[in-house]
Amino acid sequence: MIFAEFFYGVMAIALGAFITLIRIMFGPSVPDRVVGVDTLNTLVVAGMILLGVAYDRVIYIDIAIVYALLSYIGTLVIAKYLQGGLE
Amino acid sequence: MIKSIIYLFLAISITFNLLGSFSLHRFPDVYTRLHGATKCTTFGTIFAVLAVIVHAIWQIKETGDPKYLQMALHSLVALIALMLTNPTGAHAIAKAAHLSGYKPAKAVIDAYERKLRGEEA
Repeated sequence: MIFAEFFYGVMAIALGAFITLIRIMFGPSVPDRVVGVDTLNTLVVAGMILLGVAYDRVIYIDIAIVYALLSYIGTLVIAKYLQGGLE
Repeated sequence: MIKSIIYLFLAISITFNLLGSFSLHRFPDVYTRLHGATKCTTFGTIFAVLAVIVHAIWQIKETGDPKYLQMALHSLVALIALMLTNPTGAHAIAKAAHLSGYKPAKAVIDAYERKLRGEEA
């Protein structure tokens, strides 16, 4: 059973992800690209929750939880690398 | 009735997520882009999870399947994880960008740099 309204929501959020991808490709500096990746992570979590409801599977939402926590760790590691080590 | 509530929440969610991704192209420097993108996408995700919870409660009333209670609780856990980690990550990015030498565009007063140099902010 597919719930169509949530699937259209996933398609609109994917459009936003493509707009974010333009900033990641043409970002003039490194922190611009990091901001783009952080935004893309949040959009992927929202899209994955809506996709789990659209296909009526709870396991996709569990993957969204794990993705949120792991992307947070990745953002912190990149920020630590940008500011110059562990000082 | 319940369908229209779900449509309203999904429309708010999609609007704010698209505004967050457009704000990456309409602001001049890193800090303002971070401001627009983080706030808008967090607010949009809150309304997406609200739509999921309303849909799950409606499906519990229709079918009585305990799978939908699990769906609502797990999406609430994902929302709480996102709301705790998103502002923290944004703060880390802003501090790292300032420490690695990117100045705010068109700024007159930079209080954080004065504080780093030991003066009064």
